[in-house]
Amino acid sequence: MRPFDYQRPAGADEAGRLAAEPAARFIAGGTNLLDLMKLEVETPERLVDINGLGLRDIEETDEGGLRIGALVTNGDLSADHRVRHDYPVLARALLAGASGQLRNKATTGGNLLQRTRCGYFYEPTAPCNKREPGSGCGAIGGYNRIHAILGASEHCIATHPSDMAVAMRALDAIVETVKSDGSTRELTLAELYRLPGDTPEKETDLEAGELITAVRLPAPIGGTQIYRKVRDRASYAFALVSIAAAVRLADGKIETARLAFGGLAHMPWRDEAVENLLVGEAPSDALFGKAADTLLSDAKGQGDNDFKIPLVRRTLVAVLREATGSTQQ
Amino acid sequence: MTTLTVNGKRHEVDADIRTSLLDALREHLALTGTKKGCDHGQCGACTVLVNGRRINSCLTLAVMHENDEITTIEGLGQPENLHPMQESFLHEDGYQCGYCTPGQIVSAVGMLGEFKDGWASHASGDLEGKLDLSDAEISERMSGNICRCSAYPNIVNAIRKASETKETA
Repeated sequence: MRPFDYQRPAGADEAGRLAAEPAARFIAGGTNLLDLMKLEVETPERLVDINGLGLRDIEETDEGGLRIGALVTNGDLSADHRVRHDYPVLARALLAGASGQLRNKATTGGNLLQRTRCGYFYEPTAPCNKREPGSGCGAIGGYNRIHAILGASEHCIATHPSDMAVAMRALDAIVETVKSDGSTRELTLAELYRLPGDTPEKETDLEAGELITAVRLPAPIGGTQIYRKVRDRASYAFALVSIAAAVRLADGKIETARLAFGGLAHMPWRDEAVENLLVGEAPSDALFGKAADTLLSDAKGQGDNDFKIPLVRRTLVAVLREATGSTQQ
Repeated sequence: MTTLTVNGKRHEVDADIRTSLLDALREHLALTGTKKGCDHGQCGACTVLVNGRRINSCLTLAVMHENDEITTIEGLGQPENLHPMQESFLHEDGYQCGYCTPGQIVSAVGMLGEFKDGWASHASGDLEGKLDLSDAEISERMSGNICRCSAYPNIVNAIRKASETKETA
């Protein structure tokens, strides 16, 4: 691990100022950042430890939702009775991620900003446009079993590894931030994350020194909520494919369908056309098949990960059957 | 200097800022019961309790824990005064080579604390109903601890038996 300057600011303003240079990083739980620093994939010159800033509360908002402090651990968030009762898809996604030890350290803000587990990104001697812009992509034409089938580019085919963020995208969560000049703003997850394009090193819209302070969940949407994660072993593995679903029926027809996907792209994926196709229709396997066709119309396998295309189709049909209480036809 | 409170005792540690909590415990405080396996948070051999919750001590800096209460395997029990979880691993033969065992035991104690606080798991059928500590629940909740000798059946037995004694967590 390279040497670094370590700072413990007393407030968010000071934290932002200290971190407002490209070689500085905030550290919260540190489970991903320190791992990357040991491998010298991350080589920050300064760590700004934000653990003294509070940000550990889960509060009810005026709109009937929840504001989750950025430093609330994944363990505490998954155990919160309001999350379990009102946002079960989020509790399930959290519990499907990592291990008990990691969930007790990993934070809400840090989980959103965790880096891809692409093996080429993790290996400093391999080409990787995300780690070293312009060096090429080892995964294209290489070992790419875990890689993206949607939204990838000729420069990067990495996937975002979070489960939590997939559920938050389905729930229309809002990310609250404070910039290094003290101004605040709010972003949806679609605004927070970027597709790789020709700048895969830039994963989010956040500026240097911009700190995530909270994630806000809108009022509960009810319905049947499911988080289905398909992975290589039963526990403690990243998703090959995952789906966060919140589906509500009225008079035998689908009234609401919120669907977000993990393991498919550089960010938690959501496709309005898929949801619009389902709404107002009676559940059936034919309908679910059309939804999968729409989701996958631009899907592209890279060789090793070709299996993800039929896998996400089957997983989507299974999730929609379960969510609508319909049986195989 | 970094001040650490480990097993109820305060220590001043003169360590490089890059020192992980694991290395501070092992190399500076000679508390070598906590093991270094992968050093990347994948194996769980380095598990300690911080303010009663289990974490991987390899993936955090010592300097980040100046205000915390850290408990290691040495703080749970000693040869002449074993913790009930240690007794249970002995009685059920919950190991082969023993390298992962301190991490398994500390993790199991932390896990039972989470269970008693009503935390659900990925294996729980109902997020809000009554929880039973079935073997499937124990396996899921302990998935952050790897055993290279694959002593899992006896590890699960040891944890289940220990959970049935009152004073474990």
